[in-house]
Amino acid sequence: MNYNWDWGVFFKSTGVGSETYLDWYVAGLGWTIAIAVVAWIIALLLGSILGVMRTVPNRIVSGIATCYVELFRNVPLLVQLFIWYFLVPDLLPPDLQEWYKQDLNPTTSAYLSVVVCLGLFTAARVCEQVRTGIQALPRGQESAARAMGFKLPQIYWNVLLPQAYRIIIPPLTSEFLNVFKNSSVASLIGLMELLAQTKQTAEFSANLFEAFTLATLIYFTLNMGLMLLMRMVEKKVAVPGLISVGGK
Amino acid sequence: MEFDFSGIIPSLPGLWNGMVMTLQLMALGVVGGIILGTILALMRLSHSKLLSNIAGAYVNYFRSIPLLLVITWFYLAVPFVLRWITGEDTPIGAFASCIVAFMMFEAAYFCEIVRAGVQSISKGQMGAAQALGMTYGQMMRLIILPQAFRKMTPLLLQQSIILFQDTSLVYAVGLVDFLNASRASGDIIGRSNEFLIFAGLTYFTISFAASLLVKRLQKRFAV
Repeated sequence: MNYNWDWGVFFKSTGVGSETYLDWYVAGLGWTIAIAVVAWIIALLLGSILGVMRTVPNRIVSGIATCYVELFRNVPLLVQLFIWYFLVPDLLPPDLQEWYKQDLNPTTSAYLSVVVCLGLFTAARVCEQVRTGIQALPRGQESAARAMGFKLPQIYWNVLLPQAYRIIIPPLTSEFLNVFKNSSVASLIGLMELLAQTKQTAEFSANLFEAFTLATLIYFTLNMGLMLLMRMVEKKVAVPGLISVGGK
Repeated sequence: MEFDFSGIIPSLPGLWNGMVMTLQLMALGVVGGIILGTILALMRLSHSKLLSNIAGAYVNYFRSIPLLLVITWFYLAVPFVLRWITGEDTPIGAFASCIVAFMMFEAAYFCEIVRAGVQSISKGQMGAAQALGMTYGQMMRLIILPQAFRKMTPLLLQQSIILFQDTSLVYAVGLVDFLNASRASGDIIGRSNEFLIFAGLTYFTISFAASLLVKRLQKRFAV
């Protein structure tokens, strides 16, 4: 078990076509971003709807949203992924099943499963943030809107949500970063995202420390970059008069 | 497709062994994580810039990479590192490398919880302890930490429930925890879907019940 350090390994040929190991990382990062961004869009849309549902003055509607949140928060992500990847296709009608299992190439079907899984998983978390944001607003906001003759959808759309979103940017940012980190489970169903490519590089080149160091650096940079970006957004849209970033 | 759950009953002993593995991973991860996390939190809060920066970097680092990456990396790397340290081949199983991964990863999260807990204790407590002539160690051990831990127990438990779910990631290195046991048992008799549903329900029941308990505890513990 002698170990040969070689930081130049990333520019070496993998032996597969003319690709270097760096090409693998680029491709992997591409998949990671493709999973995270689409899953985040699903999570944001569905999570907002659920978050509104939880605050609506109707027991049944808020009960449905509560059940959703409890269900998706209390089952491990990996179990959910296996359910979407192995179980759900078996439940589809025969035509769809054939399309999913035979017509689609394995990468596409794995991608669809991961995106749906991660989107619905994260939606439960986004829902809680949106709910907190809405409930953090002074009651007077809703009453004032009501007194002005706004209907319930208008109250949410014009008064509550625009303020709630601006309050919850920090927790939403951390959920957004979590989507990137959680997308690594895709490697366990054979999708060649960043972690899977890292593992493959470690196995092919036998330079496992270099391979994983680069991967952690990429994740770290991605995190820091997105965090700085969101901080700028937060400053830009801060609600005047509330305690905001920088203690203004 | 039709479901047939009858195959689960004969497999229960195997599944139970898997659950024991899951609980062991969680318990050791939580205990090690809290100890390391508390040390890190004290480093972060210390007056020494160096210590506080080291702890800060540690927390930032582990919070920005996926747990699955840490598990995979440690699984592959720990044998090498041990060889460099001890100079001979020390066989180490997936279990030990996963425990190390969980402890180090969770410590970053526990550190933040402990830090917030300590910072929530009023300044007067520190002043009073110092006025009584206590050393820094005595003050932390006898005055600040006991109060802080009482305040943060619900958060620590919540983080433990998250770890309970995250232990399923050891699937990646082939450790037979509850999820992996369910997958294996299901595959043998060709009923993987039923076993997957059963595994999901079990995780759900335990996590949900535990989080309800934590919520009740939170009310009782409120200072």
